[in-house]
Formats: sequence, structure tokens, C-alpha cells
Amino acid sequence: MLDLSKYQSIGAALKDALTTFANETCLIEADRDREKERLTYKDFQNRAHPLARALQDAGFSAADRASIIMTNQSKWLISAYAVFFTGGTLVPLDYKLTPSEHWQLLKHSATKVLITEYPIWRQLANAPGRATADKVELVLVTEAPANTDLSGAQRWEEFRSTSEPVFIPRERKDIACIVYSSGTGGRPKGCMMTHENYLEQCVALTSLYPFWPGVRYLSILPTNHAIDFMVGFFGPFTCGACVVHLRTLRPEFVREAFPKYEITYVSLVPLVLKNLQKGLQARFDELPGTKRKILNLFIGINKAFTKSQPRLGLSRKLLGQIHANFGGELRAIIVGGAFTEPETLQFFYDLGIPVANGYGLTEAGTAITVNDLHPFRADTVGKPLPGMEVKIVNPAEDGVGEVYVRSKTVMTGYLNDPELTVETFSDGWLKTGDLGRFDQAGHLILSGRKKNMIVTEEGKNIYPEDIEAVFESLPVKEFCVFAANYVWPKRSMVGEQLVLALHLENNQAFTDTLRTDIIARNNRLLNYKRVHGVVLLDEDFPRTASLKIKRNILAERLAQLDRSSAILPL
Amino acid sequence: MRNLEQTTQEVLDLATQHFRVTPGTLSPSDDFFKKLGIDSLQALELLSRLENHFGIELPDYEVQGVSNFRTLAERIQSRL
Repeated sequence: MLDLSKYQSIGAALKDALTTFANETCLIEADRDREKERLTYKDFQNRAHPLARALQDAGFSAADRASIIMTNQSKWLISAYAVFFTGGTLVPLDYKLTPSEHWQLLKHSATKVLITEYPIWRQLANAPGRATADKVELVLVTEAPANTDLSGAQRWEEFRSTSEPVFIPRERKDIACIVYSSGTGGRPKGCMMTHENYLEQCVALTSLYPFWPGVRYLSILPTNHAIDFMVGFFGPFTCGACVVHLRTLRPEFVREAFPKYEITYVSLVPLVLKNLQKGLQARFDELPGTKRKILNLFIGINKAFTKSQPRLGLSRKLLGQIHANFGGELRAIIVGGAFTEPETLQFFYDLGIPVANGYGLTEAGTAITVNDLHPFRADTVGKPLPGMEVKIVNPAEDGVGEVYVRSKTVMTGYLNDPELTVETFSDGWLKTGDLGRFDQAGHLILSGRKKNMIVTEEGKNIYPEDIEAVFESLPVKEFCVFAANYVWPKRSMVGEQLVLALHLENNQAFTDTLRTDIIARNNRLLNYKRVHGVVLLDEDFPRTASLKIKRNILAERLAQLDRSSAILPL
Repeated sequence: MRNLEQTTQEVLDLATQHFRVTPGTLSPSDDFFKKLGIDSLQALELLSRLENHFGIELPDYEVQGVSNFRTLAERIQSRL
């Protein structure tokens, strides 16, 4: 691995990685069962440098911002490398956002260059909002069909220059990325992440989960996801490892990829991990009685011998067929983005497949705590990573309080929002808004949220303010969206739901027509953003002098209602 | 070639078989996440079955944001 303490920037480290590991395989891209591309680090450089030079020729320079909106593929990484090489700031955006949300964030981030895929651009090009993002000067589109009108964009594949690009150095404290943790509805939260944030996080994570040439990391999360950016791009590249991109999340192709590419690590969100568990469990259940008993016996033996630490060699011998299905080289499944149920974690560990679960938030870099597997604990989110200071503030009698974090991996603040930045920090500590406690072994146990938001099993952060626009002009007196667990605090990190609080007009009833209207609006939201039910409150919502709803006070009033009877499911 | 109505009916029939629901209970405007109580990965599994049936390929991206059978059928129809 490169000694990252010697580097000032992501770009400088990646530049050296490409020459240090020139002949190692760097990227494999597969679409379903078809391998589309296989590049060495040298090949990668040959793809990226002409792009970097063309960007420079187009006037892209230090601190200019470039956004990438792409699905999971190799051109994401090649484009990101070119941006860092030229000293630019990267704005990775989630391709699952709507076109209007994309334009809103492109405007907010003052993006100069947009790099995207043709199917995404087809929707973006004619969407309202394009005119507002007036800083966007250049759009590069990958994989566009021949003879297609690109609505002012240029073909990524043809945007190349033959002369060598000039490497632009950056300092550790310079902004490397602007990562949006949420806020597409009203108040974009663009986390300003420095080069130091990433360099320090990479050192901390690879100290527990090392990469080396020959390691193969399966990337199925898009690289805008903080975990994939670190363990599916920067981490493996600075160690000479190989990233295998799979351009589909279809469970059958994910399962096939493990043995086909002899995967060493993979990162998953809980939803995908649970799907794998379900598939395995179904196969176990189909086994005839005797075979099932033998399997249970070997699982029992494996459990007994891996209590204190994983023993991969032994587990692969005891449960050979299961490990063969995963390629026989799998060292750990990294799971993050949302809370994972302990039962799922334990299921895999009992099969001899360690699951590195942890806890993190965009504002603090990729991860704050990670399970170090010594011993494996399914009931916690692990211990703080090296270099992370974590404390519990205002603990209740049971030790549960708000989790605060301080480290070199924490963002410098929110872009264009000094007020929110001040609210988020306290004497240099990041206030996470999550509730938890430490146990005697130093493991963090999360138990709920203090903040008004939910995290889905797909690892999506949903803030009520971001979805309220869809209910604008609803024929009621007032409305407001809440995370149900914020109103009625619950010591749980799973099954989180949003509710729509309504104050009806005088003599107005909650009719079927109104319900149908709400459902129709709700359905315009992506399925994971939808509200679960309605709560009726027959009083005026408390408001500030500027007529903004006082959400915390309104939440206190709603909390007087009985949760189970107050929420009317949609 | 099939028309949209036929495609929609075949999508409904395959979803009925795949998720083992009572025949005739699904309709084109149904939100399949809600009606079937499925998550996005289960929806992708249905997609694979639909691809095999119709002999087409639908990239994951093309069906992102689609949550009712009619729109799903339209996406399939555009590739037939």
C-alpha cells in the first residue's frame, strides 16, 4: 500500500498508484454475465489522461467543480481520477434522484462540468431546471447511440486530447468533494470533504481491512455512495487491488459474480445482505432431513471455533460448499449505509463469513465505528476506528445519549450554509443526531435517533423537509411531515417510517377523496421516500414570527397522541 | 406484435405467478411495491422473469422510479 501520510491529495496518491501498480489488474466491468472490460492500472492511465488533458484544454482548472451522475461502472472512476488529477473538486450525485433534484444540486454546487450517461442525460436535458444551473459549461455523456442529438452535450468517448495533462497539486485542507447527505427539497446539505478527510479515513479503514494486489473487490453500490468511493475506489487503488464493477443489482447476477471473479470483499447495504440471507436460507430449507442435520452440525462446530475470532481456513473446510458459492476467497462482507439487524449479521458469521458492520454518516467521512471481528459482535456497530474520538453527550440513566464525533475525517462544514454548519458542531465535535451508548468492551450500541429523519434499508437518508413539496396545495389547513420515531421516540434503528401530520379546515372531514389525493401525491415519490400514514391534529401548528412551522414544538404536541391509534395507514 | 394492452396483461399474469397471488387481484394501476409488499430487489427479480418472457433486456436504470404495472409494461413495449 502507498504510504498515504506522505500525500497531500487524493489526486497525488492516485497518480502514484497508477505507476506503482502499472501491470496489476485494476478494473473489471461486467454487465449481467458478460464481461465488458478489463483494465490494468496502465490501461486506466491511458484512458484517464487524455480525458484530464481535454478537461484542461476546455478551461477546467483547480477548484472548479465537476459532477458525476452515473450508475455503477468503470467510467465513473476514470472520470473522477481525471477531475482529481486536474485539481478539481468532485461532486458525486446519486443517479436515482429525479432530474429536477439533479439540476437543483448542480446549481447549488456551482458545477462547471457534468459527466453522465446517455439514458440519464436524455431525462436531464429537457427537464425544467436546466436553465437555472447556469454555471454548467460542459456536459459529457457516455455510451450515447450514434447519430443521436445530444442536446448540447459532448460524447465522453470522443472528449480526449493527445497531449499530456498537467498534474495540479492540492493541499490536504483543500476541498476534494462536495457530497450531498440530503436536502434536495429545500436546504441542500453539501458536505465539504477535504483531501485529508479521505486520506485519513483510508488509512484507518485499511488498517482493519487491508487490500493488496490480487484482492478483488466487488462493487455493486454506485460509487457516489461514500462506502463504495472509499472501499471500491480510493482504498483498493492505493493498494494495487482490483475493483469488479457489476452494472446490475439483480440478485441472480450478484450471486454469480462471487465465484466467477473469486471476490475478496464486497460492500452491501442491509437490503441486499438480507436478500442474500433469504436465498441461502431457502436453499438450506430445501435440504433433505439428514443433509440439513449435517449442515447444522458443521455450522455448530464452526460457531464454536470462531467465537473469539474468524478462522477463514477452518470455515472454508467445514462449510466448503457454501464458501465455494461465494468463490472461496471471500474474507468479509462490508455492510453499511443503514442499520443491519443483528440476526442477519449473525447468520453470515455462523457460516464463517465475517460481516464488517459499522456506523458512519456522510458528514464524518465513510465510517466512525467498525466491527473489528475480535470477537465478532452482532449486537453492536463496533469500536471507533483509529483516529476517531467518539463520546456520548447528556447520557440518560441507561447510558444512552447523543453520539458526538471528532476526527480528521469529519467534514469542514456545509456548502453555502454557515448557519447549519454552526448548528451541527459543538466545540469542534460533530453532533450526529444519533443516540447510543458504549458497552464495557468499548463497542458502540446505537438505539435510536434524536434527529427528524429516517434511513432506509437501502441506505437512503430521507429528511421530511425533502419530500414536503409533493404535498404543496393539498386542500387542508396545514401539513407537516415527520419521522414517526422523532415524534414518538423509540429505541430502535429499524422499521422507520414517515408520517404526514394534517390540520384540517374547520368542519372538514378526512374523506376518501382527500385520502386518494394524498395517496396519488405520495405515489409521485420514489417508493422509499413515501409517507406511511396520516396523523390528524385539530389545532393550529405552532409557527415562528416568519411563519415557519416550529417542528420540535409540533412534534411534542403530536407526541401527546397515542402512536398506534394516531397513525392512519395510507 | 403485441399491443400495450396485451403486454400489460402478460406483465400482470407473470407477476401473479411469480409472487403467487390470487389470479385477477392485480390491476395495471397498482403500485406493485405496496400491493405485493415487495422491496426493490424483489421487483428486480420480477424484471428478470419479464425479460426472459419478452426476450428483451431492460437495464436497471430504465425501470428506476417505476412502481406500477402499466408504466412497467410501457417500458417493455418500447423495447419490443
